[in-house]
Amino acid sequence: MAESIPVAPSPARAHDHEHPAEPGFIRKYLLSTDHKVIGLQYMFTGMAMALLGGFLAYVFRMQLAFPGIDVPLFGVVSPNEYNSLITNHGAIMIFWVAMPVLIAAFGNYLIPLMIGADDMAFPRLNRLSYQLFLVSALVLLASFFVEGGAFGGAWTMYPPLSASSEFNQTPLGTTLFICAVALEFVAFLMGGINFVTTTMNSRAPGMRMYDIPMVVWMIVLASILFMASVGPLVAGAVMLLFDHTLGTAFFDPQRGGDPILWQHLFWFFGHPEVYVVLLPAVGIVAEIITVFARKKLFAYKTVLYTAFGTGVLSFTVWAHHQFIAGIDPRMANVFTITTLLISVPIAEMMFVYIATLYGGSIQLATPMLWALAFIAEFLIGGVTGIFLGASGSDIYLHDTYFVLAHFHYTFFPIAIIGSFAAISYWYPKMFGRMLNETLGKIHFWGTVIPFNTIFIPLFVLGAAGEHRRIWDFAQFPELASEPLRNLDKVATVSLVIMLAFQAVFLFNFFWSLRRGQKAGKNPWHANTLEWTTESPPPHGNWKQMPTVYRGPYEYSVPGRDADFWPQNEPA
Amino acid sequence: MNPPAYGSVRVVAEQRREPLIPNGVMGMLIFVVTEAMLFAGLISAFTITRSSAVVWPPPGQPRLPFEATALNTAALLASAAALIWARRCFDRNRRTARLPLAIAVLLGAFFVVSQGAEWLAMLRQGLTLTSSQLGSFFYVIVGFHALHAVVALAALVYTWVRLQRGWLASSQLGTAQVFWYFVAGIWPILWLVVYR
Ligand code: HEM
Ligand SMILES: [Cu+2]
Repeated sequence: MAESIPVAPSPARAHDHEHPAEPGFIRKYLLSTDHKVIGLQYMFTGMAMALLGGFLAYVFRMQLAFPGIDVPLFGVVSPNEYNSLITNHGAIMIFWVAMPVLIAAFGNYLIPLMIGADDMAFPRLNRLSYQLFLVSALVLLASFFVEGGAFGGAWTMYPPLSASSEFNQTPLGTTLFICAVALEFVAFLMGGINFVTTTMNSRAPGMRMYDIPMVVWMIVLASILFMASVGPLVAGAVMLLFDHTLGTAFFDPQRGGDPILWQHLFWFFGHPEVYVVLLPAVGIVAEIITVFARKKLFAYKTVLYTAFGTGVLSFTVWAHHQFIAGIDPRMANVFTITTLLISVPIAEMMFVYIATLYGGSIQLATPMLWALAFIAEFLIGGVTGIFLGASGSDIYLHDTYFVLAHFHYTFFPIAIIGSFAAISYWYPKMFGRMLNETLGKIHFWGTVIPFNTIFIPLFVLGAAGEHRRIWDFAQFPELASEPLRNLDKVATVSLVIMLAFQAVFLFNFFWSLRRGQKAGKNPWHANTLEWTTESPPPHGNWKQMPTVYRGPYEYSVPGRDADFWPQNEPA
Repeated sequence: MNPPAYGSVRVVAEQRREPLIPNGVMGMLIFVVTEAMLFAGLISAFTITRSSAVVWPPPGQPRLPFEATALNTAALLASAAALIWARRCFDRNRRTARLPLAIAVLLGAFFVVSQGAEWLAMLRQGLTLTSSQLGSFFYVIVGFHALHAVVALAALVYTWVRLQRGWLASSQLGTAQVFWYFVAGIWPILWLVVYR
């Protein structure tokens, strides 16, 4: 059986005595420094923001499919409102859903539990991180209610549109938008410092570098990638804010500024950012497919080095977003080559996962369905990226619905499918009860099928030349042909269906909190350390801190009765 | 307490051990990497704008006082050297670190104050945030650095107070050191790129 050695309290424990024996609700849930509480705070905030982001998408999709309609729950969508809706949908989904849920929520919840620590290295910095994040979300929400409305210059904030309220007509909205994004970055900076330091310094005795579960590695690498790329964007954001509010001219071509400069600063961050969200999802999937195929992860070290390599390479591809912005054609060739190169490591990771599944005894439980869907759907996203990476085809496809469909085939598997995979897998640990399998499967199919019927039509529309930032296609007769308009309707109706199916998830989530079957310590028979403590884990995580004797993926080891071998079990 | 030493068992010799790099120092190192990238972004933006300008400095704008600020630069570097010296003393006998740490603080304060005076002089000569690209970049880049210098100086003073009262831990000194070395180390680069 699991045996642990008692340890002296580590410095991170020093915060224990801050808490009285029976803390009240506020101290326990709002001001806690416990990594698990902070993780859940991030998760619930992220889920709330996802609902909001989904609602915004519903409103502008209704306008696209049925121009001029009085959208139920919203009203008629004006061109300016349309721009604000699109802008904030994108920003919310990336910065207030994908990042907080995939990195902050699961990073906080899982890292200490999976490496055998009692808490983060800097618990109070961690609490501050969440509080700042909450403020950033509130600032963004506030921007909807100020004079002129919310910012509508796209999540990429290109100047001159974003640099002068004369053009964007949202004097306060723009300022609040930039401030919200900046605050959010500070919050994640604090989180990232915590994740890296904790993983390096607080591992259980015996846990060597290659015994760290893949999801922890991936969150750590994602944090490093984020911190290494965000600096130039913060610099750019300050310059943009000054242009907008104080009258400087960093990006104003009429006064000696350079609007393309912003695009470089933004995309130098923007492209690594897509790997920042990708890596945690890749890690989550690694945990799930090994458990539900009862097999060792194929080529652990290869996956790890590949992720490192992808991270480095991701700093060299940013100008593929600027092929038609007037960059030198010789530069365009270089960036085409690097972009095509980066699809190699990504493809390799997918092959490694398929090799892991090969010959396994696969159980199609809900978490596994999500993980498999991630692999299948992300593949489509990655492959369509190649058409965009080749500058020749991108000159035609740029800023059409093809690009939009491409990045939704990457972001949706990452942020939505990845999060549902993680939530359905770790829910028993978080709340001590199982989610309902039948409801889980209904929700799965009700999400994945409509997802495809939303975005496959958009690939077709994009290839037909539909530009992605148009409020009403009736004003462009060549694009307003009947077949194309019908595809738009298919996409919108699918979106409404998909959103409706989320009610099944919410019901399952809250119903199972009280009515779900009791989970016990280790319902999935998994190896990693979080499954060796109670569900939900107590404050401090273990009564006796664990010691690690082997890697995280020892499933179906020949010569053993059990088909799993927990990391903390002495031979 | 050692696990049994048979079979393929890994011998877990270490108990929960002291980390190689203390938490605070490590956190600060990571933070400094992010900060370095921030300045790299600013510097490259500046270099691009400058190299595509037709005349530089822009017409009607003063030249930045490259020579006059050399003294400040020297003071800041000397302050970093004093901090290295303070660390040496601290490791041998804590109390002897008081003098070098105080010197580091004073030299750092000299840098911040005379840099502020330089700013006032530039403002009087007509270089403002909105007067030209040079002014905008100057105040943003050097302003960012000044902000860091002030915060880092406050951290150094705090370190000195703790040392005075005998509460200073080695890792706390280490954390302040990393931040101050960053502030001092990035300055000569900014100085060479922006002032010249
Ligand atoms: C890691 C998963 C990926 C994510 C999350 C992602 C995300 C995105 C996003 C958000 C955009 C559009 C940005 C905008 O204009 O608003 C985009 C565009 C682009 N992506 Fe991806 N992408 C991923 C993978 C790839 C891969 C593997 C490639 C190439 C092999 C690629 C190549 C491109 C190119 C060239 C564009 C620019 C297209 C244009 O604007 O004309 N992407 N991607
Ligand atoms: Cu990209």
